[in-house]
Amino acid sequence: MANIVGYRRPSPGTQPSYLHPPYRSSIKRAPEKPLVYLPHTLSEVTGPSFVPELIDAKACDLTRRHSGEPLGERIIVSGRVLDENERPVPHTLVEVWQANAAGRYLHKSDQHEAPLDPNFTGCGHALTDAEGRYRFVTIKPGAYPWGNHHNAWRPAHIHFSIFGPAFATRLVTQMYFPGDPLLPYDPIFNCTADEEARQRLISLFDWETTIPQQALGYRFDIVLSGREATPVEDLK
Amino acid sequence: MSRQATTSQTVGPFFSIGFDWLAPDDLTAPGVSGERVIIEGRVLDGDGQPVPDATLEIWQANSHGKYAHPEDTQGKPLEKGFTGYGRIPTDDQGKFRFTTIKPGQVPGPSTGSEKKFQAPHIAVAVFARGLLRRLVTRIYFPDDPANATDFVLNLVEPARRGTLIAKKISAARNTLEWNVILQGPDETVFFDC
Repeated sequence: MANIVGYRRPSPGTQPSYLHPPYRSSIKRAPEKPLVYLPHTLSEVTGPSFVPELIDAKACDLTRRHSGEPLGERIIVSGRVLDENERPVPHTLVEVWQANAAGRYLHKSDQHEAPLDPNFTGCGHALTDAEGRYRFVTIKPGAYPWGNHHNAWRPAHIHFSIFGPAFATRLVTQMYFPGDPLLPYDPIFNCTADEEARQRLISLFDWETTIPQQALGYRFDIVLSGREATPVEDLK
Repeated sequence: MSRQATTSQTVGPFFSIGFDWLAPDDLTAPGVSGERVIIEGRVLDGDGQPVPDATLEIWQANSHGKYAHPEDTQGKPLEKGFTGYGRIPTDDQGKFRFTTIKPGQVPGPSTGSEKKFQAPHIAVAVFARGLLRRLVTRIYFPDDPANATDFVLNLVEPARRGTLIAKKISAARNTLEWNVILQGPDETVFFDC
């Protein structure tokens, strides 16, 4: 088999460290020993793919999963999945989950005293198209309090999970909303040292995808690790 | 390179809302060849406390050592019904359990003209509340002679290699135990992947 071309490692500061003490849950869960550098082998440059038959075509509209309409501000969240070389990542699985408009998750561990919405589950999935595009219809999630520190509030966010072409390209992240006053105070948003990298987690308000009389549009492009230019050097 | 990869964020405590629709924990569909194994264990934090809000994603070759992926160009058979992918959440006690087949050997880095194969292994990504990025590790199989020369195991200091090798706990049901220790003296080896 030909030599493996690996995926690029992140630039310093553009990904969070495992230990970020302001985010309390990281303190006992972050590894203490250094990670062992793993040159990419066939196991890392391959990865799962998901056939269209697995996908529920209706799962990209989170507002039409129940008999009635969910409460809240209807929005369109769309964008492209690209790699670092600006090549689209086609036919890859994108999953989203989120709180409802009141800031409450449909989850047994969410004890926030805000109402559940019988018409909103808060999950969706879709495959990107041939140009790497995806589009979800949902409602804007609410901010909510959490127990991390005194008067801690998570800014409104949508969780994103993206597979990409390989085990090495797997990404889970969160999308935020422009102008959210809670962002400077959120230890999860601020876990990454690089300011520009953090700013790229904030979606852009987008007139182009806004539907008159119906829904505001937000645009969020997701970038996965790109291929190295040259094969991983042979190990002698 | 004109863009930088998007920053990772934690899956948080509520990922089951997004992941439950696709959570294969038995990769052995009818007709899939190979030695069936059950792998079970726990995810524990730095205090030895179970982590009930974690999920494991696994990726592996079939019993012939072939990945269901276009970049695996080996002339080995694919098997219908074997995707190689699983996603297994931990329960309230931090326990997980899945059923699969022991993968065959896949190529490692070539050394000159000689083809070197890796020992059978399963690639694992760990997600949890508190983990700002996924953790990457591997499961190897006990008593496999190929472990001794495996390229990746040999990157790891000998005293820590055992954290990557599952232990046989029930011969009758071919059950292996493998744990994820996130932190501390017995910490699992995690990779910069």
